[in-house]
Amino acid sequence: MLLLLAVFLAGSVILPFLVRWLGAQAFVLGALIPAAAFVHTLVQTPQVMDARDAPFESYSWIPQLGLNLSMRMDVLGWVLTLIVTGVGALVLLYCRWYFFDDGREVGQFAGVLLGFAGAMYGLVLTDDLVMLVMFWELTSILSYLLIGHYRRRAASRRAALQALLVTTLGGLVMFVGVILLVIEAGTASIQELLALAPTGPLIDAAVVMLLIGAITKSALFPFHFWLPGAMAAPTPVSAYLHAAAMVKAGIYLIARFAPIFAMSAPWRPIVITLGVLTLLLGGIQALRETDLKRILAFGTVSQLGFFAVAVGYGTPAAALAGLALVIGHALFKSALFLIVGVIDRQLSTRDIDELSGLGRQATVMATAAFISIASMMGVAPTIGYVAKESTLAALLEDAQHGSVWGWVALIGATIGAVLTAAYGCRFLWGAFWRKRDRDGTAMPETAWPDPPVGFLSAPIILAGLTIAAGIGAPAVDAALQGYATSLGPEAPGHLALWHGLEPALLLSVGAIAAGIGVFVLSIRTRWDRRRRMLPFTAADAYYLVMRGVDRLSVLTTSLTQRGSLPLYVGTIFVVLLAAEATALVAALPERLALSAWHTPVQIVVAPVMAVAGIVAVRARKRYTGVVLVSVTGLGMVVLFATSGAPDLALTQILVETVTMVTFALVLRRLPSRMGEHNASVGRIPRAVLAVGVGVVMASVAIVATQARMFDPISLDFPQLAYDLGHGKNVVNVALVDLRGWDTMGELSVLVLAATGVASLVFVTHRADLLSATRDLPETTRRSTARRPLVETDQGPRFQTTENRGAPRAWLVSGQQVKAENRSLLLEVIVRVLFHTIILVSIYLLFAGHNLPGGGFAGGLVAGMALVMRYIAGGRWELGAAAPTDAGRLLGAGLVLAVGAAFVPLFFGMAPLQSAVWEAEVPLLGHLEFVSSTIFDVGVYLTVIGLVLDVLRSLGAEVDRQALETRGRGVTT
Amino acid sequence: MDVSLTLIVIMAVLFAAGVYAMMERSLTRVLIGFLLLGNATNLLLLIVMGVPGTAPFYGEEGKVSDPLPQALTLTAIVITFAVSAFLLALIYRSWQLGQADTVEDDLGDIAVRERTDAEEELFDDESSREDEDATTDFVGVSTAPITVLHMRDHPSIDDDAPVDLPDRSAAEPDDDGGDRS
Repeated sequence: MLLLLAVFLAGSVILPFLVRWLGAQAFVLGALIPAAAFVHTLVQTPQVMDARDAPFESYSWIPQLGLNLSMRMDVLGWVLTLIVTGVGALVLLYCRWYFFDDGREVGQFAGVLLGFAGAMYGLVLTDDLVMLVMFWELTSILSYLLIGHYRRRAASRRAALQALLVTTLGGLVMFVGVILLVIEAGTASIQELLALAPTGPLIDAAVVMLLIGAITKSALFPFHFWLPGAMAAPTPVSAYLHAAAMVKAGIYLIARFAPIFAMSAPWRPIVITLGVLTLLLGGIQALRETDLKRILAFGTVSQLGFFAVAVGYGTPAAALAGLALVIGHALFKSALFLIVGVIDRQLSTRDIDELSGLGRQATVMATAAFISIASMMGVAPTIGYVAKESTLAALLEDAQHGSVWGWVALIGATIGAVLTAAYGCRFLWGAFWRKRDRDGTAMPETAWPDPPVGFLSAPIILAGLTIAAGIGAPAVDAALQGYATSLGPEAPGHLALWHGLEPALLLSVGAIAAGIGVFVLSIRTRWDRRRRMLPFTAADAYYLVMRGVDRLSVLTTSLTQRGSLPLYVGTIFVVLLAAEATALVAALPERLALSAWHTPVQIVVAPVMAVAGIVAVRARKRYTGVVLVSVTGLGMVVLFATSGAPDLALTQILVETVTMVTFALVLRRLPSRMGEHNASVGRIPRAVLAVGVGVVMASVAIVATQARMFDPISLDFPQLAYDLGHGKNVVNVALVDLRGWDTMGELSVLVLAATGVASLVFVTHRADLLSATRDLPETTRRSTARRPLVETDQGPRFQTTENRGAPRAWLVSGQQVKAENRSLLLEVIVRVLFHTIILVSIYLLFAGHNLPGGGFAGGLVAGMALVMRYIAGGRWELGAAAPTDAGRLLGAGLVLAVGAAFVPLFFGMAPLQSAVWEAEVPLLGHLEFVSSTIFDVGVYLTVIGLVLDVLRSLGAEVDRQALETRGRGVTT
Repeated sequence: MDVSLTLIVIMAVLFAAGVYAMMERSLTRVLIGFLLLGNATNLLLLIVMGVPGTAPFYGEEGKVSDPLPQALTLTAIVITFAVSAFLLALIYRSWQLGQADTVEDDLGDIAVRERTDAEEELFDDESSREDEDATTDFVGVSTAPITVLHMRDHPSIDDDAPVDLPDRSAAEPDDDGGDRS
């Protein structure tokens, strides 16, 4: 069984390709798989009938959750497997004729349909309740794809979504019920659950939830509306999903748990009430439809209600009859749907007003339809007759024993039988009779193009089986006894064509006669063409709910998404204020350890920083604000330097400088004053909030530091840094080794930010062509290479005798800058210092392990060198100075860092663990190389990449865009 | 743990100034606020370092400054730079597009708000139900019935001959609007 399940899966993947290859013929190959499953199931029959030894296979899927992919074929599973695989094979075969288009969509359709058959196969056989839910949801999703097959039709999409929403809603509720049941009973195995038969209030709740799943799936009132809607599906899908397979899943669930839950408090009121309501509602509506398929759809709704009553009733006799009903329905309803499909395929209509006189022309088809309808109405000698007869008898017997539910069910079933007979007649009349139009004149016969026999083979086989099963009722009876006896000790009785002249027989015959009468009356009085009795349908309720959900979502969005940045930021701070203030009040410290200051420098720096901060906010000119912010940053440098944090001071001062440059790059394009429309609004509330946040943060600092009870973890850092990281600079080792993952996260932020900057400025492309524009002369001769460069008309050239008089080229691209913008002094200084600074940066990088410095500081220093080149020589100089794309530097840095993190894994070490190599080298002395240096090199490259990206975006590219704008004569 | 009141006061002032500026509409002011907030947060880390000592190097004697907040601060400093560069790029872009560095209310959100009061039909983009009542699967498709000539039509014909594919040219304008070649 597990193997077959896998074959279904593989088949549904391969089938689309086969369809593209072979066209619609491939459906025949697809049909082989369910056919094989059908044969396999038949072969298992003897073993299934021996109740003690049902075929069982299990595969442990997720042992941690106790999830087993287990399959067990007992009588109920066996019956439904035969239906699902048998009808599945026939429907796939039928599709071979139905679809004339062998394009992509049909290929997909074939795969999905086969996959659906596989999911149903799993659903009816699995022994694990959780797996059942999974198969259940799988059928919901696949049915969504199948119903929405005509995806260009709005009606089709809407129907598919409606079916999906309704069935998955039920599926979710059911899932909760299943979890409840599994936890309460302690097992997920259906077999064990049936043996345990748990009870209790929680179990009752779980039962209700299971029933909600069954009701939605089997289209019982009040969720019946999705089934008629789903008639937008291609007709073979309707024949399979909406007659034989999917809608039976709910009935299967009811049948599965009826043996243990039928007598629980909520079961009968729900199942029988809703079943009877559905039975009547569907029957009445089927009498009013003019579309053949919708007549069948409402008929199916009605029948499903009938099954729910019979299968869910809970006595052995009713269960036996109910199961027979399910078999009968699968045979006749699929056949009828397929016949409607043939009519639609041949005539492109299913409207009973457009069909007339088909019966005489299509005798074979009409016969098959007649047999099927007979089975539906309950006319001998079909299986439908046998089943209905037994159902009525079972309900009657229980009612006579004084059961109220027995009477409700019996009366409902009898009225339902009348309606069934009536709409059965309506179907036959609508499809095959010669009709008269309103004036009473006979309609002309619709011309009938004879289809090939193969197209009709599926309905003919099904109709044949309907009769065969009716005549072979004793065999069916023998097979189903195994299930019926599981419901109770009473004898379930027998299925047979003739039970003698019993009250049930009279009820049945009377119902058929009354049904024919109702049908004739409905036509005569033209009741079937009148407008509906209720102005309101369940589908309307569904749309109302959906609109409500839409409305709610728009309302929520408009309430929360006000679209104002200050409001969002303000909200964050209000939350911070409220939450922190509450927490602080709850945890006030008992004693305070406060000093006025720790170092005298603090008291010097404090007023400067505070004033700079306040004035920066009130500044009207952009530069003023930026410079004042920078003052606070420099104050930080002083504080760091005097607090035993040389690394921080170094990094902060470098960052402060680079930030200033970056600001300058952007602000030169903006007006210096912030205009009137930039004026502040709502000052007072903002000030209140701001002061509040300041006070709260001060309190946080005090309370948090006073609350410390343990020694900080970092006391061990110096020793750890030396032992594990082989470095003396604790802060640096913390960054590259002890807390390397933090740094890794930071590197990703840097890469993201750099990429963000570049994409905001470059907008359309990222490729950087600057480095490709070097027009340096090439040379191989060493003697030439030693000569200085001079500026000539062709750009920088090596000094030769001809151009001896030309000025020295201090920078490669100095000439590209306009003469009035050049500064010889700057060019000379940059020329002299650039390489030295790069050397310093590399020194900082490698020395950082033991002395102040490290990848961040080194990278920033190298970045500063690039800044110098850019400022002195413009964008071309930047291209010459950084011979590669910033993206590559960022990427290389990240790769190195990630590599340093993961390579140790291959040597059985922890990620980011350091290894050290030492060597005595002549002349250089004792050398050490720690592997975390590689990580630091990654940091170094990433930081350079960031600075370079900022420079070439906000510097070079902005220059270029400004030039372009000016070139177009637009002033900004 | 002993903390310096001076540092706390500076931090509080910077936080207040930063929050005040961040709630402006001008992006430049937001950026100024962001930088102040960044400095204030670094100060918070400096405060929780406690009483300062000598720089944390292995082998240093006496009271050493706590290295852990330092490592965190170092990361924070560089990230602040990266994010402020990003904000600057935003400012530049905003200026380039709208000649303004202010953030106005989002038009999409305002549109959603107005939609709340609009007609309900607007919610459902697929509210047209014209093809609801189609009584055939083959809407907009020109199908040809599958037929076979019967034995009675011609003696050489076998009734089971599979002739199911209709003339392709007849089936050309199919339901996908005929965009197939």
